[in-house]
Amino acid sequence: MVEKKRAGFGVRTKRYWARSWQLWAMLFPAMLYIFVFCYVPMYGVQLAFREYSFTAGFTGGKWVGLKYFRQYFESPMFFTTLKNTFVIAFTSILVGFPAPIILAMIINQIRNKTWKRVVQTTVYIPYFISVVVMVSLINIMFANDTGVIANLLKALHLVAKDTNILGKESAFVPLYVLTGVWQTMGWNSIIFIAALSSVDPQLYDSCKIDGANRWQTMWNIDFPAILPTIMILLIMNMGNILNVAFDKVFLMQNSLNLGASQVISTYVYTVGIKSSQFSFGAAVGLFNTVINFVFLLITNHVSKKATGTGLM
Amino acid sequence: MAKNSNKIKSKSTADRIFGAAVIILSIVVFIAIAYPLWFIVIASISNSNLVNLGKVTIWPKDIRFYGYKQIMDDARIWRGYANTILYVVAGTALNIAVTMPAAYALSRRDFKARNKVMLYFVFTMFFSGGLVPLYMTISSLHLISTKTILIIFVAVNTYNLIIARTFIQNSIPEELYEAATLDGCSHFAYFMKVVMPLSKAVVSVLILYYAVFHWNDYFNALIFNSKAENQPLQIVLREILLLNQAFASGNGGVQGGYGQSSADQVKYAVIIVSTLPILCVYPFIQKYFEKGVMIGAVKG
Repeated sequence: MVEKKRAGFGVRTKRYWARSWQLWAMLFPAMLYIFVFCYVPMYGVQLAFREYSFTAGFTGGKWVGLKYFRQYFESPMFFTTLKNTFVIAFTSILVGFPAPIILAMIINQIRNKTWKRVVQTTVYIPYFISVVVMVSLINIMFANDTGVIANLLKALHLVAKDTNILGKESAFVPLYVLTGVWQTMGWNSIIFIAALSSVDPQLYDSCKIDGANRWQTMWNIDFPAILPTIMILLIMNMGNILNVAFDKVFLMQNSLNLGASQVISTYVYTVGIKSSQFSFGAAVGLFNTVINFVFLLITNHVSKKATGTGLM
Repeated sequence: MAKNSNKIKSKSTADRIFGAAVIILSIVVFIAIAYPLWFIVIASISNSNLVNLGKVTIWPKDIRFYGYKQIMDDARIWRGYANTILYVVAGTALNIAVTMPAAYALSRRDFKARNKVMLYFVFTMFFSGGLVPLYMTISSLHLISTKTILIIFVAVNTYNLIIARTFIQNSIPEELYEAATLDGCSHFAYFMKVVMPLSKAVVSVLILYYAVFHWNDYFNALIFNSKAENQPLQIVLREILLLNQAFASGNGGVQGGYGQSSADQVKYAVIIVSTLPILCVYPFIQKYFEKGVMIGAVKG
C-alpha cells in the first residue's frame, strides 16, 4: 500500500509488467507457431538464391544470386505457367466476383420469406463440399458419354457432339471457373446479404415517395450501400489473385489439359517437392509471392484513388 | 389526376416484371445448385447402367445398395475416417486453445504492444516464404509423415484470429474487466471465467471454420505425409475417386460396361458417405454462418 502511494515511473512499469506478462504468455503459443511456420520459411526464402545442399540446409549453400530465377525465366514453362495463372486468376475474378453480389441482390429482393430461406440454405451447401469430392463430381458430371451435364450441353448444342470436355484444353478454364462459381457463390454472398440487411429502411420509404420502381431502388439504394464492402473484398481478392487454388487445379489436371492447367503453384509442387529441385522451386514460389504483393499494392492504390476505400 | 394514376399503374407494371424476374432467377439458381446434389443421392442408390444411359433423372430407379456395401468392406475408407476424426477433433481443439487466448490478449486496449503484435500476424496473410521453404522447415523439425504435423498445421489462422479479437473487443463490456480487476482478478482468471463463457458465439464460429478446414484438407496431407497409415479421408477419396478413374480408363483394363458402372456407383456412394457428416451438422451450424461472416467483416 505504501509503495502504491508513491508510484514513480519505475514502479508503474513494474506494475504494468506484473499484469501484462500474462498477456504475453497467452500470445506465446500463437506467436511461436507463426514464427516457426511463417517467419522461418520466410527466412528460408534465401534458398532461392543459393545452391541447395542437403547437409547445409537453408542457409549454408553457395550463393548463386539470380541463377534459379534466370533458369525459370528462360525455361519454356515460364510463359506457360505465367499465362495460365493469369488467365485462370482473371477469369475467376471477372466471373466469380460479381456472381455473389448479383445473387445477394436477387435473394434480397425475394419477398416470400420461406422461399428466401430455402434458396439461402441451398446455395450455402456446396461450399462445404471438399475439393476432392468437387473435382470427382466434375469428372462424373462432365464425363464423355455418361456425364449428365455433358449430355445436356450437347443436347442443347452448346457444345459440339464429339467434344470430350474433360480432355479439352480450351474447356479447362470455363470448367474451372464456372464450377468455382457454383461452389462458392452462395457462401460469398452472405457478406453482401448481411450488408444489404443493414440498409436504413427510411431510404426505401423516401424512394417510394419519389416514385422509384424496384429496379431503380435496387440500383440507387442497395448497390451504393454495399459498394464499400465490394471494394474491400475486391482488394483482398486481388491481393490473392495469383494464389490460384493449388488444390482444385492440381486435381483437375490430366495429361490432355496440362497446356492450360499447369499454373505456377502446381509447377512449384512438381519441380520443387516432387523432383526435389528445392532451390528452383523456392525461386518460382518467391516470384509468385512478389507478384501477389505488387498486385495487392496496385489495387489498394487504385481503389483509394477511385473510391477512398483501402486496406492500408 | 388521370396522369397521376397512369404513372402509378406503369410503375406497378415495371415492378411486376421485376418481381417475376426475381422469382424466375431465384428458381434457376436453386435448380442449378440443388439438382447436382440431388443427382448424386439418387445415382448412389440406382442401377448404374440406367444412370449411365441417362434414364435416372428425378427419382431413383431400380434401387440397390451395391455401392454402399462395397464401402462397408473397404478398410481404407474406415482408416481414413478414423484419421480424419482424429485430425478434426485434436486439430480443432488445438486451434481454439491457441487462437482464443491470443485473441483476448490482442483485444486488450491497455496492451501497449498490441498494434505491433497484430502487424506480426497480419503480415503473414500477404507474404509467405512459399511451399518449398515451408516443406524444408517442417522436414528439419522431423515432422514429415507424422500425425503431429497434420494436427498442428495451421494451428492459428490469422483471419480467424481477427474474427475472435473483434468479437471480444466489441461484445464484452469493458465494465466487466474493470469490476474483475478491482476484485484482484488476473488476466488468466478473467479470460477463463468471464471471456470464454461470454464468447460462445464466436467459439462456435471458429469451431465451424477450423473443423471444416480439417475435414476437407487434403493439400497438407498430400505434401507433408507419405505414409498410408496417416492418410486422412480426403486422400483416400482421391485414390478411389480420381486416381482409380485414371487407372480404369487409362489402362483400358475394365472391359465392358459392368466393371465401370459398378465403379461409378461406388463413387457416388463414397461421395455421400464422406460428405454426410458435414451435411448432418449443417442445419445446426447454419445459424452461425451469418454471425461469423459479419464479425469477420467488421474491421478493427
